[in-house]
Amino acid sequence: MARNPQLNRHGELQHLLTTEGLPRDVITRILDTAEPFTVVAEREVKKLPLLRGKSVFNLFFENSTRTRTTFEIAAKRLSADVINLNISTSSTNKGETLLDTVDNLAAMQADMFVVRHASSGAPYLIAQHLEATGRDHIHVINAGDGRHAHPTQGLLDMYTIRHYKRDFTQLSVAVVGDILHSRVARSQIHALTTLGVPDLRAIAPKTLLPADIDRLGCRVFHDMAEGLRGVDVVMMLRLQNERMQGSLLPSPQEYFKFFGLTQEKLALAKPDAIVLHPGPMNRGVEIDSAVADGRQAVILPQVTFGIAVRMAVMAMLGSVEA
Amino acid sequence: MSLPDAEHLLVVLADQIRPRVGADTALVGLHTGGVWLAQRLHALLGLMQPAGSLDVSFYRDDYAKRGLARDTRSSSLPFEVEGRHLILVDDVLHTGRTVRAALNELFDYGRPLRVELAVLVDRGGRELPVAPTYCAATLDLPPGQRVKLAQDGDTLSLRLTGS
Repeated sequence: MARNPQLNRHGELQHLLTTEGLPRDVITRILDTAEPFTVVAEREVKKLPLLRGKSVFNLFFENSTRTRTTFEIAAKRLSADVINLNISTSSTNKGETLLDTVDNLAAMQADMFVVRHASSGAPYLIAQHLEATGRDHIHVINAGDGRHAHPTQGLLDMYTIRHYKRDFTQLSVAVVGDILHSRVARSQIHALTTLGVPDLRAIAPKTLLPADIDRLGCRVFHDMAEGLRGVDVVMMLRLQNERMQGSLLPSPQEYFKFFGLTQEKLALAKPDAIVLHPGPMNRGVEIDSAVADGRQAVILPQVTFGIAVRMAVMAMLGSVEA
Repeated sequence: MSLPDAEHLLVVLADQIRPRVGADTALVGLHTGGVWLAQRLHALLGLMQPAGSLDVSFYRDDYAKRGLARDTRSSSLPFEVEGRHLILVDDVLHTGRTVRAALNELFDYGRPLRVELAVLVDRGGRELPVAPTYCAATLDLPPGQRVKLAQDGDTLSLRLTGS
């Protein structure tokens, strides 16, 4: 596919697979579209008829109750029928391949697949397969694939930043933590770059940085005090407990000492800096409770905005002709 | 063809509505022209309730065909809808589809006591059984012709546009 696989011939969003290479205009349009959706949650009837009669399949090949729930709520608020499949515990155990699973669900008249998979590129493979077999009326949303991308998380973070800070082109933003294993970090960094953030920093121990970090347009810091100085936005990443077993990190306590966000370290950022975290948080590992519950944290608003952003993506996909 | 003066029609419309206004009456303007009108009517009628606004893009029946409008705004109803006398305000009544969408959206906020419709111009061409309660003028326009409200500073005027 020569063109951007996420866009159709008219440059409209056809699938959402990654924030990498997503034009600024499309990102801005998603954020703009999400805005009126935030109001819907405050109404008597929290539903809009946009996806009435459509079937959204949540295909979760990797467990994630939280992400699945937010997609489910978003689809239901748009009046879609939602079918949740935790495939890690069903057909693949019986030997069915990914694309056979997709073919079967497509035969059940699916309109949209929300895909979470442990392998990078799985949602892209599904989108490509659907197009190659003439079923490009079915849309694919990546809900997290391997270490590659988690675009709706990246976009809801952009929505949150824009809500509090308005203009991306004036901001200093630090992404802090396990960038190496983080699909969230990648999606954030690509989106922040596209939206014109002039000062983008990556703060992490050497062992938790990808080799190509310079090419992503980040300035690298191994010291929190240096990296946080004067930033407007601090984007914390979750330190996955399972990574603790290997040789990448000494111990949670030691990680917290150097890279955990405390009030003391946060005081080096601008006084009105905001703190984001994609959740679930490890209190006392990457973030101190005093910060997580403090006045600068916007972690719960992120969750609320996340539903509006996912509604926006689904609504835009649902109105696109193949 | 010459179009009637919108500022004059506004006064006519306000005169029609005035005898029916109660303590519970609120105006709801439909984006975009209807919102301008609702604000002007609100001042002319001296209403207690603030005027609300609806952007019915999410309720349109041609969403799947035309896609989401690029500049969809948040609807805002700064009062309880439940039990209230509401007057939907729009600049031009044509097919009736916008009014259908607005009614659907309105009922997702609550159950109003009574809903009425005020339009500056009824231009015919209805595709749904919708009729205005208050209407300042009727125009006989050919199907391809469109008329819409424009706002220049504080002054409202009607303009003809292509199809």
